[in-house]
Amino acid sequence: MRNNNYKFVQKEVIAQQPPPLSQAGVTGWLWKNLFSSMSNFSSISAALQSIIMIILTFVLLYFCGGQLYSLIDFALISAVWSDPEVLKRGSCTTVDQGGSLPSGWSGACWPFIFAKKKLLIYGRYPAEELWRVNLVYLTLFLGIGYTLFEGAKGRQWTGLAMLTIFPLFALILLTGANFNISWSTNLLLLGLSILFIFFGELTRRNFLGNIISELTSLFYICGVTLFLIFIAALLLSIDYGLSYVETSDWGGLLVTLVVAITGIVASLPLGIILALGRRSNMPIARTISTIFIEFWRGIPLITVLFASSVLLPLFLPDGVDFNKLLRALIGVMLFSAAYMAEVVRGGLQAMPRGQFEGASAVGLSYFQSMRLIILPQALTHVIPGIVNTFIGLFKDTTLVLIIGLFDLLGQAQSTIADAYWSSPAQAPTAYLTVGIMFFVFCFGMSRYSMFMERKLSRGHK
Amino acid sequence: MSKSYSNAIDLIYNKRFRSIFFQITLLISVILFFLWVANNANSNLTARGDSFGFGFLNNTAGFQILPTLGTWVVSYDVGKSTYFDVFLIGIINTFIIAITGIIATTIIGFSIGIFRLSNNIILKGFATIYIEMFRNLPLLLHLFFWYFAVLRVLPGKREKVNLLGESFGINITGLYGPRPIFNEGWEFIALGILFSIILVIIFSRYAKRIHQQTGYKYPTFWISSGIIILIPCSICLIYSLLYNLPIEIQYPEFKTDGPKLKRGYAQGIGMMMPPEMLALWMALVLYTASFIAEIVRAGILAIHKGQTEASYAVGLGRGETLRLVVIPQALRVIVPPLTSQYLNLTKNSSLAVAIAYPELVSIFAGTALNQVGQEIEIIFMMAMVYLTFSLLTSLFMNWFNSRIKLVER
Repeated sequence: MRNNNYKFVQKEVIAQQPPPLSQAGVTGWLWKNLFSSMSNFSSISAALQSIIMIILTFVLLYFCGGQLYSLIDFALISAVWSDPEVLKRGSCTTVDQGGSLPSGWSGACWPFIFAKKKLLIYGRYPAEELWRVNLVYLTLFLGIGYTLFEGAKGRQWTGLAMLTIFPLFALILLTGANFNISWSTNLLLLGLSILFIFFGELTRRNFLGNIISELTSLFYICGVTLFLIFIAALLLSIDYGLSYVETSDWGGLLVTLVVAITGIVASLPLGIILALGRRSNMPIARTISTIFIEFWRGIPLITVLFASSVLLPLFLPDGVDFNKLLRALIGVMLFSAAYMAEVVRGGLQAMPRGQFEGASAVGLSYFQSMRLIILPQALTHVIPGIVNTFIGLFKDTTLVLIIGLFDLLGQAQSTIADAYWSSPAQAPTAYLTVGIMFFVFCFGMSRYSMFMERKLSRGHK
Repeated sequence: MSKSYSNAIDLIYNKRFRSIFFQITLLISVILFFLWVANNANSNLTARGDSFGFGFLNNTAGFQILPTLGTWVVSYDVGKSTYFDVFLIGIINTFIIAITGIIATTIIGFSIGIFRLSNNIILKGFATIYIEMFRNLPLLLHLFFWYFAVLRVLPGKREKVNLLGESFGINITGLYGPRPIFNEGWEFIALGILFSIILVIIFSRYAKRIHQQTGYKYPTFWISSGIIILIPCSICLIYSLLYNLPIEIQYPEFKTDGPKLKRGYAQGIGMMMPPEMLALWMALVLYTASFIAEIVRAGILAIHKGQTEASYAVGLGRGETLRLVVIPQALRVIVPPLTSQYLNLTKNSSLAVAIAYPELVSIFAGTALNQVGQEIEIIFMMAMVYLTFSLLTSLFMNWFNSRIKLVER
């Protein structure tokens, strides 16, 4: 029998060792994320790369840290927060500039922003009517918040209401309604809508032959749209006892949101129609959509705004005049529709042919297959693109200041001209405020789109 | 089923007929819309006593334009130059911003995109902060920030801040730097550069052929750069020994003594970049770079890791893997959105109207339109310039796409 009782044979399991220092804890993390990129000196080129990395890291650390510190210092630490003696510009200027702060001081001048708060958020909207704007803001944020909230009951209906009822509600509250809409127009709208719905009903029951029944949904859409327009016209012509507020008195965040939301709401349906036109088999419809899309995409938004403010009055019959805001809105709508059309077209092109063929194989008409099969999938595919277009549009609303509308940035720019607050800190503070507001909106939108993308992905990747 | 369309019901049932009918209706309504617009415009113009026509382009323009490259090329002269000259200046100034901006933004954007993929937390963090901060703010805010907040705190006209030693300097009147002066004989150098470029193209084709046939690799990069540098330099040397220096470098002149009002940079010596241009350039370049960085990152991430591993497995080195395997495939993803960013940069240069840098929109659709009032013609011309540029860009993109397209076997 062999004696297995050697001294060097391990008899019990050794306890687990802690991982090497270079791979665990803070050192490990630092090693993995910082030093591993700059510690390879095995060959000349690797060493060169490591040295470049070291230099770059230090330069960036110095630069980035310095910039961040000076931003925080400017915005928080050195900033002036209150102006109890109502000195205005005196509270934010140094001794040699005629103020009270030590020379060499530099920081944000928040009392200036507090004083201009109303202008930045409402523009020159009459002070006693501000509750109207507040109500609109409140409904907007509650509605959007509820629609976006995961698992909220009836969020589709809230979303639909935000797209249909809310714009009307906002229009009535913000302008004061009581528009002069003639009875004949109202009756015409009502008559047409009833006619369309009647036709839709007839075709649905197959009274007019099979082929026409393909147009059922079209008839219904036209009828319902006209009916909604009729209701809107009716509601807008009622006197609610609200005083009329000119759009030239709107400003700041209000104009930014009005322009952006109108563009966003209008661009999606228009864009879908254009994209379907561009993907259609009919050569003339395709050409017209393509020309439209490429024309608007080829010119800068400023040109569009210039054209809509200068050319629109020229192209309309004598006597028809839009106000400046509406002209800008029309330009922004058409412009963003063209961009949206390209995004939607991307989604349509990504659809496999089988989906189109399957839809026609089960006997769906063109409109039905688009509504039920193609568009839901295509639009889901391109949600990031759609949100990116929204973000772009939201940022581009600032351009309306060039045709003399006061959006958030335009309003900030005009407050900078206020001599009572004139100080070197004035412009940076105003831009910082506007920047933070835009950043919150845009960053929020992009994060939500990423979240949606993850939620809606069907695991194709 | 009978094929005859003898009655109307059959015609309605015919899909082809319906499609043609729909299209003709669409076409007619579009044409009617345009006729209606033209008719309105016509009656509005007659009511105003105006008429349509491009005759105004020959009238002399009576306003000052900030001295820039455009005014220098066209040699603009108030009271002598025409509105067509103004149009040309606008185009040149737009293009100079676009071209220099595109080059700079590509370099910055690619670096930041690669930083973002680095495993160095500092580089990655910097890139992330940069991208999120710059692309979530409106471009106009960037522009205002640079123009009204940064460039306004620069030292005044009689002082300066040096950049890169004495050769570059900046103050509130602009950025000053050296400028090449073309003396007699510079044409020879231009010809020399052209000649050496042709030579390099021929050589690289030859080297490629030899490489494919025999496997022998010339050090193409070194030989090409040798040709590009040596030939023009030797021409320059020979010419300057025989006659004079064909190209000189002129440094800006800064006076610190003499009468107080004449101190500061002397006008017309060296190269000057007005602050408007500098602000526009900074804003456009840094803003667009954040988008390009994201495009580059997405392009590189789109390349499957298996590609890199496979190329290591067949024995290619790190550099060769990047150059021969990863980058060509990543470019296929990167180039289309990159071109549209280039186009965006060009179109966005129209924001200059907000700070009065004299580019197309600012001087032609702004100042000139206010003076002559031919809205339709001016906006039409302006739209045509941008449309031409975007058409050229998409032509280039289609050509490039067809060149690098995945060839499936």
